Amino acid sequence: MIDREQQVLDRIERARRRPAKVREERITLSHGSGGKATHTLIEAVFLDAFGNPALAPLEDAARLRIGDARLALTTDSYVVSPLFFPGGDIGDLAVNGTVNDLAVSGATPLYLTCGFILEEGFPIADLTRIAASMRAAADRAGVMIVTGDTKVVQRGKADGCYVNTAGVGVVEGSAELGVAAVQPGDAILVSGPIGEHGVTIMLARGELDIEADLVSDTAPLNGLVAELLASTSGVHAMRDATRGGVATILNEIATDAQVSVIVDEHAIPVKAEVRGASELLGIDPLYVACEGRLVAAVAGDQVDAALAAMRAHPLGTQAAVIGRVEADQPGMVLLNTAFGGTRIVDMLVGDPLPRIC
Amino acid sequence: MRFVDEFRDADKARALASKIAGLCEPGRRYKFMEVCGGHTHTIYKHGLEDYLPEQVQLVHGPGCPVCVIPMGRVDDAIHIARRPEVIMTSFGDMMRVPGSGGNFFDSNAEGTTIRMVYSPLDSLKLARQNPDKQVVFMAIGFETTAPSTAMTLLRAAAEGLDNFSVFCNHVTIIPAIKAILDSPDLRLDGFIGPGHVSTVIGCRPYEFIAGSYGKPVVVAGFEPLDILQSIYMLMVQLHEGRSEVENQYSRVVPWQGNPVALKVINQTMQLRPYFEWRGLGFISHSALRVRDDYASFDAEARFEVPGVRVADPKACQCGEVLKGVLKPWECKVFGTACTPETPIGTCMVSPEGACAAYYNFGRFSRKRVQEVTIG
Repeated sequence: MIDREQQVLDRIERARRRPAKVREERITLSHGSGGKATHTLIEAVFLDAFGNPALAPLEDAARLRIGDARLALTTDSYVVSPLFFPGGDIGDLAVNGTVNDLAVSGATPLYLTCGFILEEGFPIADLTRIAASMRAAADRAGVMIVTGDTKVVQRGKADGCYVNTAGVGVVEGSAELGVAAVQPGDAILVSGPIGEHGVTIMLARGELDIEADLVSDTAPLNGLVAELLASTSGVHAMRDATRGGVATILNEIATDAQVSVIVDEHAIPVKAEVRGASELLGIDPLYVACEGRLVAAVAGDQVDAALAAMRAHPLGTQAAVIGRVEADQPGMVLLNTAFGGTRIVDMLVGDPLPRIC
Repeated sequence: MRFVDEFRDADKARALASKIAGLCEPGRRYKFMEVCGGHTHTIYKHGLEDYLPEQVQLVHGPGCPVCVIPMGRVDDAIHIARRPEVIMTSFGDMMRVPGSGGNFFDSNAEGTTIRMVYSPLDSLKLARQNPDKQVVFMAIGFETTAPSTAMTLLRAAAEGLDNFSVFCNHVTIIPAIKAILDSPDLRLDGFIGPGHVSTVIGCRPYEFIAGSYGKPVVVAGFEPLDILQSIYMLMVQLHEGRSEVENQYSRVVPWQGNPVALKVINQTMQLRPYFEWRGLGFISHSALRVRDDYASFDAEARFEVPGVRVADPKACQCGEVLKGVLKPWECKVFGTACTPETPIGTCMVSPEGACAAYYNFGRFSRKRVQEVTIG
């Protein structure tokens, strides 16, 4: 009987490796959740249309060689609701998010662009506040916002204010960071407690009548990344854990590098407030967005140096080793539960948290 | 974290597991059904089966509120939601349940407004905020959620809201258990009784299972140690040749249930003569509708509802899975044509559905994993 089950499991894994197909005829909210549906959409629509070697790795930023210079380029749009929340607003989120996408691809972020889509009737005072927090975030990250665009649409055609940022950075050193470089024997680290941004936003919407002393973790990670890369040459890949959370990144690692990732639930840092809210809401912190946390895969013999470097940085004091990479059962993320059992951690399906960033 | 970690203690789990193993008689197999989808979710989420000896098998039951909703009811809901004046609300799990022409997300992409709410009372708020709209709450669930629908109806009546109604799909657990007991396909040794339902109906209604059918029942909580302890209690009963209803979840479930909750259900809802269950077919006296006294809050009275019966897709074996006859992976379309992102059957939709729980959490070879994680 076990054999029959194994045959079914093998058949499922083969089915999962087939190219993604979009079955829906229209966009649904799931396509924006950062989970499986988003991946399918990107692969089936955008990768199909734009396909080129710079895009193909689907990292957080594209790495480009122009003459002797190596650049990293990225863009991100922000539609978070509410616009202002404990610990931040759409403005610093838009700066930090793009800075982080550059940083985790191994680049030093330099310049950002910004585009605003504003709804008729949006208060100028709010816009001023958002712009000020973007400036403050840019100063903190050591980048400049050097060009931008403004569009206004009729009332009812947008929800107040959407922000797009793009960023360019320079890649120094020769290390080819990327999920494809992850190998069996690597350790998996996170730079701090997970899920604070996502839970903060859910509570800030005021729909749940739950109160908790939580603020968003939105922060620029380029400083921490610089310290980490200076401390060791063993870093193989980094991703910032935004939509889809840490679980999605672990799945990307397992799938793209054809390895398995074994995670220890005990070791994952989660604040009690995040755990409590997640338990009440029936969500798993592993899938909840962060906006100032990264996941890194580091060569097993370099893990002490990497952990020490992260912990020495103010944004990484609670960094932890949460798992390891294995060769057996490629494509799978397995969790040793705190209870002492084992389970799979899959990509996020569905849409528990719309418009988190 | 207090009140959580105590119930997930691995040392206590190991101790219970060895007591369970000690009660296994050589050559005998034990098959217990956890009725409630919440239990199924806990079992897979914490990897509880790793603690069970091979002789003890868990079979997943019908107690997943979303899983038992037939396609026709989803179509009916979308039909109501297509009226331009309607804002429909329901619980998040409902959003991805497939109807014959797509789910609520697909329907919204085509122009309806179906919103997710955390409490039916949020629908009243929506009704007050949108006096020119008709807010329809699609109520689903067993006796666990029926009291909150009942309270919402009472409050709507007290406020005299004329733009709120309930599309009632509440079902009752006992007829479903009886249908399973009467099904010839399945031989069970006992039941892990539904914890949340029992907070409302109490433990008495299960006495016929222990009495007439001779199967022990242990009403269980939702933490992994609760379930492991319940399995131990079932094993003890079998070992001692007893067949009784016991309450492991006594910290929450009173033996008599919650008389106030039962009263408000009774006040606002009445039994339907019959109702269609996904996979199980028509079961008499197994569901609730809005009582005639509250007919002005009954969406089925207020709007035209086609009530078309839609046959389950041929390939779908949800019925067998809901009855515990098939393990999720034994279904023909499991994991290939039917996945959480493209569910054919409802068991693949809700996190409480047996197929979704198995696919999301348990889709691996335990043997190989034990070699890797322990080795």
